[in-house]
Amino acid sequence: MAIDTPRFDQTPKPPSAAQPDAKSGAQTFVKPLLIAFVLFYLGVVLVIPAVNVFVQAFSGGIGIFLNTFTERAFLNAAKLTLLMAVITVPLNTIFGLCAAWAIGRNKNFPGRALLISIIDLPFSVSPVVAGLMIVLLYGRNGWFGPWLEANDIKIIFAVPGMVLATVFVSLPFVAREVIPVLEEIGTEQEEAAKTLGASEWQTFWRVTLPSIRWGLLYGVLLTNARAMGEFGAVIVVSGNIGGKTQTLPLFVEDAYKQYHTQEAYTAAVLLACLAVVTMIAKAILESRTGAKTGVGH
Amino acid sequence: MAVSSTPESASVSASQKFSLPSIPWLVTGGYLTLMLLVPIAALILKASTLSLSEIWRIATSPVALSAYNVTFITALFAGLINGVAGLIIAWVLVRYDFPFKQFVDSLIDLPFALPTAVAGLTLATVYSDNGWLGSLFAPFGIKIAFTRLGVFVAMLFISLPFVVRTVQPVLQEAEKDVEEAAWSLGASQWQTFWRVVLPPLMPAVLTGVALGFARAVGEYGSVVIVAANIPFKDLIAPVLIFQRLEQYDYAGATVIGTVMLLISLVMLLAINLLQAWGRRYGN
Repeated sequence: MAIDTPRFDQTPKPPSAAQPDAKSGAQTFVKPLLIAFVLFYLGVVLVIPAVNVFVQAFSGGIGIFLNTFTERAFLNAAKLTLLMAVITVPLNTIFGLCAAWAIGRNKNFPGRALLISIIDLPFSVSPVVAGLMIVLLYGRNGWFGPWLEANDIKIIFAVPGMVLATVFVSLPFVAREVIPVLEEIGTEQEEAAKTLGASEWQTFWRVTLPSIRWGLLYGVLLTNARAMGEFGAVIVVSGNIGGKTQTLPLFVEDAYKQYHTQEAYTAAVLLACLAVVTMIAKAILESRTGAKTGVGH
Repeated sequence: MAVSSTPESASVSASQKFSLPSIPWLVTGGYLTLMLLVPIAALILKASTLSLSEIWRIATSPVALSAYNVTFITALFAGLINGVAGLIIAWVLVRYDFPFKQFVDSLIDLPFALPTAVAGLTLATVYSDNGWLGSLFAPFGIKIAFTRLGVFVAMLFISLPFVVRTVQPVLQEAEKDVEEAAWSLGASQWQTFWRVVLPPLMPAVLTGVALGFARAVGEYGSVVIVAANIPFKDLIAPVLIFQRLEQYDYAGATVIGTVMLLISLVMLLAINLLQAWGRRYGN
């Protein structure tokens, strides 16, 4: 022991004096190589396709770009896209808050892990399968089909079905983002508020909500991006009728298939701007909380 | 905190459960039932109205088998390549400093934020024979857009962020001391990487690969635009479901949809197990 200690004291010195030459020699070679690889890989896989959206949209000049904005089918698609977000985001936010409260504030109830997995399910189910489920439920041959037809309520090939599909695929985001924040802040402040005589609602509005606001906002942001951008689930239930049941992502595909490439890219640019805004807002939220937010799907 | 407040909060939440907070529970249960569980039940019950031999015939028909093959093998390649690339990207973002690092970090989220139809549209243009990247391969007779390679390119795009985002936090918490210890004990850079750095990262890498693979398997929007969707060539299972529905073949759509649902349940289970493994590793 007594002999080992001085040797141990000495050994770190020679490596940090002599070896670093050899190792930092290798290091200076590895570091730029890896950075170059990352920039190249991201450049090819992400940046070139992203830049292409903007180049194609404005390749015919701003006049042709603006021309699309006067088209009825395009305006209708833009309106429907906003409608999807306006309905879906509040619904999934209220659900997400309730689910996050139930899971984050009750650590030991039977089936807790199962409940979390069920909430996560829409992330691993293919959007087309999600759409199929809704067709099988509300379609003409579906469970509720005969009843809906008798009462003249249209869900499939109409806006309600598109909303149901959008709700399905964007359901987990708020709960996912709020649960870890709720667990981290603990219950001490809420208990203090209650002891001081605050009601459940007062505690929620004045104590809980302010401390989860950034996580909640990020969840809302992701829900909104998915609601406006969803393609697979919506196209299955919508029937993709131009000017009627077409959102902007559906308009992009339809225009492209009919060789109206310019119109497809005009709509694509709007959706790409939505993505850019989402990413910037995420970066701002992260710098506020000083933490990396989790994997958003 | 854990010692002093656990009994208290347990008693508080126990008393709450029976009073007002039943509202969040009711909303959670009711909403999940209406929006998720009933639709899933509709799919499974519809499948159960078919005879077993009928289900087997549709699920293993040649066109379905070929669609599974295209979907899963291509998604596996995309997931694995992004596993390696994602590990390198996470390493570079955590360990190195370089100009515009923050921007590069934000860029990783692009596939999460960009609607899949837009991704499909721009990939179809960029990788077409006279596109920016497609024209580099065209002289060698390699077609990318509207072939199985196009499916691969789309899956590579949408599954890119997963491994980066699962590995980054683990790497940030990893202690550099251990690496330095390995170095000063005379391990080479490769030995340090293989024996010291990589093992604790493996659960996170595999979780990321599984998440990316699951996402790529279910992907529809970008693939349907960038592929030609020809059976036995580049037709993926989700597109096959869609085509069956368009032909009003509900039995066909239901059976293949159920197969895909079961596979995603298995993937979800695998991801949960990987995450549990990762947590044990972390402690």
